Amino acid sequence: MSDSVIDTPTPADLSGGGMGEPGEAMAAARTRATEGPWRAGLRKLMRDRTAMGAVVVLILIILACVAAPWYAQHVSQSDPFQSNLDGQITIGKNTLDIMQADTGGLGLGVTPIGPTWRGQYFLGADDQGRDVMARMLYGGRNSLIISFASTVICLVLAALVGTVAGFLGGWVDTILARLLDVLWAFPIYLLAISLSIVLISKGLQIGPINIPSNSLLIPIAIIGVVYVPYVARPIRGQVLSLARSDFVLAARCLGVPSSRILFRDILPNVTTTIIVFAPLMMALNMLTESALSFLSIGVQPPSASWGTIIQDGEDLLYTQPMVAIAPGLAIIVTVLALNFLGDGVRDAFDPRAKLRVGKG
Amino acid sequence: MSGRVPMLEAASVTKTFVVGSRFRSGGIQHVQALSDVSLKVFAGETLGLVGESGCGKSTLGRCLLRLYDLNGGRITFKGRDISGLGQRELRPLRADMQMVFQDPYASLNPRRRVGDLIAEPLRVHGRRRESEVQDRLRELMDLVNLSPEFLTRFPHEFSGGQRQRIGIARAIALAPSLIVADEPVSALDVSVQAQIVNLFMDLQDKLGLTYVFIAHDLSVVRQIATRTAVMYLGGIVELGETDRVLHRPAHPYTAALISAVPEPDPQGNIRARTILRGEPPSPTNPPPGCRFHTRCPIAQERCRVEVPLLRPLEDAHSVACHFPLDGPNLPNGAAPGHA
Repeated sequence: MSDSVIDTPTPADLSGGGMGEPGEAMAAARTRATEGPWRAGLRKLMRDRTAMGAVVVLILIILACVAAPWYAQHVSQSDPFQSNLDGQITIGKNTLDIMQADTGGLGLGVTPIGPTWRGQYFLGADDQGRDVMARMLYGGRNSLIISFASTVICLVLAALVGTVAGFLGGWVDTILARLLDVLWAFPIYLLAISLSIVLISKGLQIGPINIPSNSLLIPIAIIGVVYVPYVARPIRGQVLSLARSDFVLAARCLGVPSSRILFRDILPNVTTTIIVFAPLMMALNMLTESALSFLSIGVQPPSASWGTIIQDGEDLLYTQPMVAIAPGLAIIVTVLALNFLGDGVRDAFDPRAKLRVGKG
Repeated sequence: MSGRVPMLEAASVTKTFVVGSRFRSGGIQHVQALSDVSLKVFAGETLGLVGESGCGKSTLGRCLLRLYDLNGGRITFKGRDISGLGQRELRPLRADMQMVFQDPYASLNPRRRVGDLIAEPLRVHGRRRESEVQDRLRELMDLVNLSPEFLTRFPHEFSGGQRQRIGIARAIALAPSLIVADEPVSALDVSVQAQIVNLFMDLQDKLGLTYVFIAHDLSVVRQIATRTAVMYLGGIVELGETDRVLHRPAHPYTAALISAVPEPDPQGNIRARTILRGEPPSPTNPPPGCRFHTRCPIAQERCRVEVPLLRPLEDAHSVACHFPLDGPNLPNGAAPGHA
């Protein structure tokens, strides 16, 4: 019965204790114990300057987005969700209209104010007269939340499907593998766009659960699901080969129950793969989210995401290009940082990547 | 031997693997890994299983422990028919029958500490207090001559020989009576091989173990095995006391195997060697008659048609051949190497 206490799986491994709760003599020996694969991987990751640089960049971006309400209130002093077509700001001694009358052409339209490089309208205004910088920070929140949550959904679903299919085998595997193939056969964007159009026009009602059409859950669910095959297939393959490995056969020979084999022998080995996938999937999901939002089938107005701001900037591309460039740059920087982090994580945790680590 | 009750008995064991797929070219094929294999293992002995790669010796080892389901035949362990039991029913029996694997790298989970690996059977079988597990762990490390300090390390920090000791410690943790050792030394350096073979023999003396010792190296079998079974293409072709089988082989295949062993001979006397031509036939499509006839130096017309059964010669020595060789005086130049 003490069994369950003895070797708690991953938390103990992560802390480097490994043996969990060994006897006194073991505790004495533990001081000499070598570090586990998790700890060694983490240490290797910490030494990777590119990856650590990416982590710093990501933390800064996250902090900035977390500070969005503070920025809107104290720096930009405007409501980024309220259109402000008649507003004026004072820069130095000049008082300017936010929506300025066109000077060229027929002089009929108005152009939003460009970057002031000051607290208010730092990056200028969009076509509703809203502060682009403030909207960027709020939009970044949505972009990060959607890409992170959809990554979690994708990895959990993929791990579940891949492990069940690979470990149980037989007809369960056949059915799951074919389902993944069907999903795989659709072009990602086509599938995501079709799902978005249906769900966003109608919302989603499953029994008592009612998800309104402007909920972030809709893009999260769509993006989370469409990439499942891309992660589940490699996981299934890995579980298949692990299930046939000598150490699993050895465990069977020792009379270890299947559930214990799954949790002690197979899943810890699969976890590495999942961790390696996480930052790369998040980068991919962020791009997908931006694309859907740009097409107006992701985040719904008045909420913003980097993708919707780019779309706002599309009409202003010739007059105020910063509206589109700024969120574009934000996406590029975030996605690059995630990819660099992903490379570092792979080098640090994936045993097959060991050969490439030497040169760094 | 005949009077004693065997600890483990295999009767007409057949194992077929299905390869390929209905949807690929070639379709489904059946590989006959074992056909009609019968043998007995007596308490306290070491039964050597030899044969070239692919002859089914590892499959037989795994079938004996019921790691594989059988396609036919019966396996009796300590008087109980275990051939029909499911994996769940077999679980309590696992404490009494264990396996040591060939590859000391692949058979230890790289993500678990040595102490966890060896303690796994102790934690799964019966309810031991953690202090008992730790005591037993130190006892086991002592038995296989490893320092108890190693318990907190990971497998990748050890050499092949040390890893194999870890595998052995895990196999004897529950004090089994039978151990199937599947080529436990063939992945090791020669100097380490001797140590591990000696460890096996020491443990047999101390713990009264019974071994089925699978090997392709005749010198290892000569050292450890009381009796030896020679396998070819999924069947046993010769079975008897090790000395007898290795010095007076009755099957031409055994004779060829023996003559293939290089011998340190500074005089450089060239022995008459039996060189086997060709490759062993594919087990998906075994030849009719005697399975060895395609490569046998003394094959006759009868061998191509009639399957030879394992039949007894004198002294509990049996052979599956229509024209068994008779000790040193071998017909048709099929010399066994040394008299």
